[in-house]
Amino acid sequence: MSPFAILLLRDTKLAARSGGSAALALSFFALVATLVPLGIGPDLRLLARVAGGVLWVGAVLSALLSLDRLFQGDFEDGSLDLIALSPLPLELTSLAKIAAHWLSTGLPLTLLSPLLALLFNLPGPATGFLFVSLLIGTPAVSAIGAIGASLTLSLKRGGLILPLIILPLLSPVVIFGAGAVSATLDGLDGTGALELLAAFSFAAVLLSPFAAAASVRLNLGS
Amino acid sequence: MNFDMGAYGVYIWPAYGVSALAIIGATVWTVAGWRRAKAKLAALEKKK
Amino acid sequence: MQFLFRYANPHNFMRLSGAVLPFFALATVLCLAAGLYLGFSVPPDYQQGTTIALLFIHVPADVVAEAAYGAIALCSLLSLVWRHPLSDTAARAAAPFGALFTALGLITGALWGKPMWGTYWVWDARLTSFLLLLFLYLGYMALWNAIEDETRAARAAAILALVGVVNIPIIKFSVDWWSTLHQGESIISGKIAPVYLWPLLLMMTGYMLLFATLWLIRIRTAIMERRARNLMQGGPA
Repeated sequence: MSPFAILLLRDTKLAARSGGSAALALSFFALVATLVPLGIGPDLRLLARVAGGVLWVGAVLSALLSLDRLFQGDFEDGSLDLIALSPLPLELTSLAKIAAHWLSTGLPLTLLSPLLALLFNLPGPATGFLFVSLLIGTPAVSAIGAIGASLTLSLKRGGLILPLIILPLLSPVVIFGAGAVSATLDGLDGTGALELLAAFSFAAVLLSPFAAAASVRLNLGS
Repeated sequence: MNFDMGAYGVYIWPAYGVSALAIIGATVWTVAGWRRAKAKLAALEKKK
Repeated sequence: MQFLFRYANPHNFMRLSGAVLPFFALATVLCLAAGLYLGFSVPPDYQQGTTIALLFIHVPADVVAEAAYGAIALCSLLSLVWRHPLSDTAARAAAPFGALFTALGLITGALWGKPMWGTYWVWDARLTSFLLLLFLYLGYMALWNAIEDETRAARAAAILALVGVVNIPIIKFSVDWWSTLHQGESIISGKIAPVYLWPLLLMMTGYMLLFATLWLIRIRTAIMERRARNLMQGGPA
């Protein structure tokens, strides 16, 4: 098995074990989807209109929960030093961690979304666009999140500054993702938004590993 | 110069006021920091 | 590049900045005075009425807000790629001013919005982008403050600034796209009548000179503070 695959498998398993990050993210996501209607009232037409935005913001926040531990665990027990010395370049290591994070948060959130869309009375086609937008967009959340995680990995309470750093950078994802849903609700074509989202995600996943690797290196003191 | 802004004065003057406050505040803060650093350095160099 | 590295030496930088500072300060005062004088002498706009006066303090604030981030990004690049030693200090020094002018742009924008649209905030694309820019500044400053080791903090902040500067055009594009999707409003549309151009340019120049002046003083202050720290630790100034 290639070193990349080994790391990917290890991180995914670790995520599944330690506090079950998928379960945590899913619960948080569902809670957000429950609290918002409690906050704004059960007007079904209103809920359908806000569903795209609310569920997208909920997904981003849920994915955020497990981000600060992305590099920190390995940093604290010294594994990160060993991983950095391995033949696998740090850029690929970062990519593996991004993929593991997505598999344990972004993907489960995407799979749960149609059920939550039901709570918001979102019509079929719009739900489809929500699902696809989350599928395409959550990798970008993991990727950009990894940059923030690597920058703050040495901080004890880095979790507080992490959202501040990456949420502005994630605004295009929320805009295009939720925009695809809103467009569909208005009878417009949401595929334009999905294409923009795909382009952003692709670029984010491609480029983030470089920034993350650079940040890991500076924190390891090399 | 005309200062009569008519009905809009209630927006224009606060805007100019806040801007002036911010600019003056920033200048005071910057210069005070400089003076403090200079004084501290002078005191330390005297000790040597 | 050689020119830049010559002034990377703090002594040279202090000499050069000390020499130009009085001129910058004077030019600032002159431009702002002239700009304000002209700004209050122009006739009201046929569309915006006397609120056109807000053009002269809103746009200059926005210009500095963006220029400051550009300066931080440039300094970050110099720091990471060419290891220019003074650029970390310079980048950190610029941030508070960038944040201040961004906030000023938002406040003046809101005060302009109320007479124009009826409410203080209507999620105009430009203002929304600047709101996000403010968060970028806050995150940048927070990162500098959070990491204890100064060298590490400098490099982390530099990476963040570069990631941010790459994202800013994308963010602006996405917010623009979002606002057309939801049919937003816009304060400044179309061309500006020539009679307003001069006060605007003077104010813009004045604001930029103000930023440059204050920035230079901050950098000089930081250099002095470092010298003081070195002295306290028993080293040379």
